[in-house]
Amino acid sequence: MTILDKSAQLTRKDRGRHADRLFWALCVSAGFAVLVILALILITMVKQAYPAFSADFFTSSTWIPNDPDGDGPGKPVYGTLAFLYGTLVVSAIAVIVAVPVSVGIALFLTELAPRRIRTAIVTLIDLLAAVPSVVFGLWGILVVAPALGPVYTWLHDVLGGIPVLGSLFGEPRSSGRTFMTAGLILAIMIVPIITSIAREVFATVPDSDKQAAWALGATRWEMIKGAVLPHSFGGVVGAVILGLGRAMGETIAVALVIGSSVQITANLFESGYALPAIIVDQWGESTGVFTSALIGMGVVLFVITVLVNLVARFVVRRAEIRMRGAAA
Amino acid sequence: MNRTVLSRRVLAGVAIAALALAGCSSKGDTTTDPSASADASGLASLSGELKASGASFPNTYYQEVILSLKDAAPNFKVTYNSIGSGAGKKEYGSGLVDFAGTDSTVKDTDGVAAGSYLYIPTVAAPITVSYNLKGVDKLQLSPVTLAKIFQREIKTWNAPEIVADNPGVTLPATAISVAHRSDGSGTTNNFTKYLAAAAADAWKLGSGDTVAWPADTQAGAKNTGVAQLIKAADGGIGYVDLSDAKDSGLAFAAIKNKDGQYVLPTLEGATAALAGAEVKDDLTFNPLNAAGAATYPITAPTYLLVKPKYGDPKKAELVKAFVKYVLTDGKAIAAEVNYAVLPTELQAKALAQLDKVS
Repeated sequence: MTILDKSAQLTRKDRGRHADRLFWALCVSAGFAVLVILALILITMVKQAYPAFSADFFTSSTWIPNDPDGDGPGKPVYGTLAFLYGTLVVSAIAVIVAVPVSVGIALFLTELAPRRIRTAIVTLIDLLAAVPSVVFGLWGILVVAPALGPVYTWLHDVLGGIPVLGSLFGEPRSSGRTFMTAGLILAIMIVPIITSIAREVFATVPDSDKQAAWALGATRWEMIKGAVLPHSFGGVVGAVILGLGRAMGETIAVALVIGSSVQITANLFESGYALPAIIVDQWGESTGVFTSALIGMGVVLFVITVLVNLVARFVVRRAEIRMRGAAA
Repeated sequence: MNRTVLSRRVLAGVAIAALALAGCSSKGDTTTDPSASADASGLASLSGELKASGASFPNTYYQEVILSLKDAAPNFKVTYNSIGSGAGKKEYGSGLVDFAGTDSTVKDTDGVAAGSYLYIPTVAAPITVSYNLKGVDKLQLSPVTLAKIFQREIKTWNAPEIVADNPGVTLPATAISVAHRSDGSGTTNNFTKYLAAAAADAWKLGSGDTVAWPADTQAGAKNTGVAQLIKAADGGIGYVDLSDAKDSGLAFAAIKNKDGQYVLPTLEGATAALAGAEVKDDLTFNPLNAAGAATYPITAPTYLLVKPKYGDPKKAELVKAFVKYVLTDGKAIAAEVNYAVLPTELQAKALAQLDKVS
């Protein structure tokens, strides 16, 4: 009897239609909310940053936020290139260091590790992701930077004479607060992100593919190269992009260890600056156009993140097409 | 079994906390007792809440004053949020706070309407030039030498300019490593203002909350970050406020003042600078590079911004009561936390300014 009642309810026509409509409206508004919020952020930021947008803002690496000669002819200059450069260099170091490590850890966890070790390592890596960035920053200035100083000196002595490497590994800053230190700290911070996503992706590789590789007499490495990596390329690139996004936006840890020097130099052992770091450092005492310039740097960061994501999508699509072609 | 151990520990913890609290409150009592008696009855009856924000430079002092006020007026709650002078002025301008602390005077671009504020000077503090140099425990610097050091025109400690300032002292050939603030700061503003005033010909970076420091200098966050950088490198030099320099155990240089005397940063030197400074009608003054033989020349003032007219008479009464407490009873606390009090004459002017609030 009750069962009949229920089924009658379910099949009642307009009720189902209303629920369906409601559900549709909810989902669509949730989806659009994201776009609207993003658009509003961009609009308000551009509006507030507008007074600072000038040719200098995008093309100069000179940053003179004060008026050096009072009423004289000198004016404040808000050039952001040095910060942009710092952000890109530091993120690049982080990704270059973190990607092989993370992919290695993920492969180890999915293909090699015994079950018991696997859970322990996964827990540890997840813990690493939960450490607040300010802790990484403090660890960076108190422990890592002083410890890396001598290492940089050694690297400089060994590699300093070689043409390209020599300019990358130049005379190191004694305090150890450098592009390299910031990049390494960031690498540690993004390893858990890339690892956990890459692990999930590797786990989706069909067993049949792997078995097929084994059956053809592949070694473990050949199996990974032939079956696991091609299947998961897109996912791994996605993981790297997420990590890169985190690295570019990271504020406090970078602000603490990068050394806060406004300069563009190929020397990775020199102090530099990054976009989020300068915003957090100088926001409190800024006024007028200075504030606008800081907001403008936020816009620049926003745009770069979007661009990086678009490029990554493009790369993934190209690669996937090529691989599917090879498979067919 | 486990549970009893735990509860015993909790008990012990509570006991320690209670002791600590008792210690604090009794300490507060002793500091306020002698001066508070005159006004105690008036304060104790006050009740309400005030919100303020602004300069971080006088923050330690304001927090101590607020803590001691809690004993005198238990129902009167004041919060001071140290978010920086610039941000404090913004909040004041948009009406988020009842009063604001600032190290710098109000400019057109600060978002505070003209006529909507009065300056009340509260305390001052010397900014030290701290250094870390093995084997040198006494250092004298003239403003021009200082300017050249911070502009990286002098790069070793035995440069002729430094030697000339320090007759009879053997200086090592150690490289100088300059530390400055990475965050925008009133301390940087006052330090660079001083250099611009005292070494006008040599100093080219101008003044401001942040200036374009040479690329081969180091930056640390807040006073403690700069102090840490100085400590970390033999040959380090930087500007740090007195209390942080003392806490970090740094050595500081004696600076040549306008009268040609080398003076160490002390609270007496700072008060002498205030007495030597010319006070304008709105009570702003510039104690940097002030005259007087005992003056420590790098002395930074700080002000509270209060509204000349509060809409609510009760709020006006509270603001007046708090600021008066800062200027009178708070004086006893200032020295403990390394701030210099106003000279008597200026204090009287500040109290008179406060009477305009309604």
